[in-house]
Amino acid sequence: MASRVKYDSVKVGDSIPTVVIENVARPDFVRYAGASGDFVPLHYDQTFVEAAGIPTVFAQGMWTAGCLSRCLTDLAGAGNVRRFKVRFARQVWPGDTLTCRGKVTNKVERGGEKLIEGEVEVVNQKGEATVKGDFAVVAA
Amino acid sequence: MPIDKSLVGKTGKPFTVPIEWSKVREFARAIKDPNPVYFDPELAKKECGGIPVPPTFLQVAAFWQDADSVPTAHFDLRRILHGEQEFEFYKPILVGDVLTGTAKITDVYERAGGRGGKMTFMVTEIEYKNQKGEKVAVARSTLIETGQAVGG
Repeated sequence: MASRVKYDSVKVGDSIPTVVIENVARPDFVRYAGASGDFVPLHYDQTFVEAAGIPTVFAQGMWTAGCLSRCLTDLAGAGNVRRFKVRFARQVWPGDTLTCRGKVTNKVERGGEKLIEGEVEVVNQKGEATVKGDFAVVAA
Repeated sequence: MPIDKSLVGKTGKPFTVPIEWSKVREFARAIKDPNPVYFDPELAKKECGGIPVPPTFLQVAAFWQDADSVPTAHFDLRRILHGEQEFEFYKPILVGDVLTGTAKITDVYERAGGRGGKMTFMVTEIEYKNQKGEKVAVARSTLIETGQAVGG
């Protein structure tokens, strides 16, 4: 599983591939519920969320994190991610447009592997971070 | 929910996770990832030695288990937040593998929250081994029960 990214060609501060998700919609959450098995009703049941005092259903954090993970697999290839950690900062609502992006913060050789480490985030159309995270991928 | 420290160390019954192509494809579509390695077995074999799984795919495994496999606190579903999630990978995970997951609660604690009032945190770690007994991944999640509804 050779990595797509060359260790020597990456510098700290470099951007990694960006993914834009336009116009997030309720069917995205329903599809993710079915795919993942996450049936917490906050993400698809409007009656339930209104009764809880929440204006509308919102995305599963792990759906957003999944969209973000593509930045890493686009960078290094699927199977070359060693660590991916996310913190959920803010809900993603129907109608949002998301930009998933990141940058390299460190290069290190560990356990016989050349690793590229960095930070990632998902920001909405107002520039607010909804998910923040960090990662390590293997480089060639 | 009052804080219950006795939950720490509670371990679930090991569960089996067959890594199936249909589920991997469905998941890749759901996260809007068109990477052909999830959809084209020939290409995947050439590039990855088999069809790989997206980095967050193991989240699926956790959700399909019985209650006795994933020990948990009884959080109020209206006030639940997923605070953090972390995955560490040690070996490739490919379609056709059969993983065994073992979940363990590693921490439960309370913290004063902002707009949500008092918050209860629960950290769960699931270790996955493959059919050869090799440790392939660890998934670590932090769930939070807030003091009031989460979307306000």
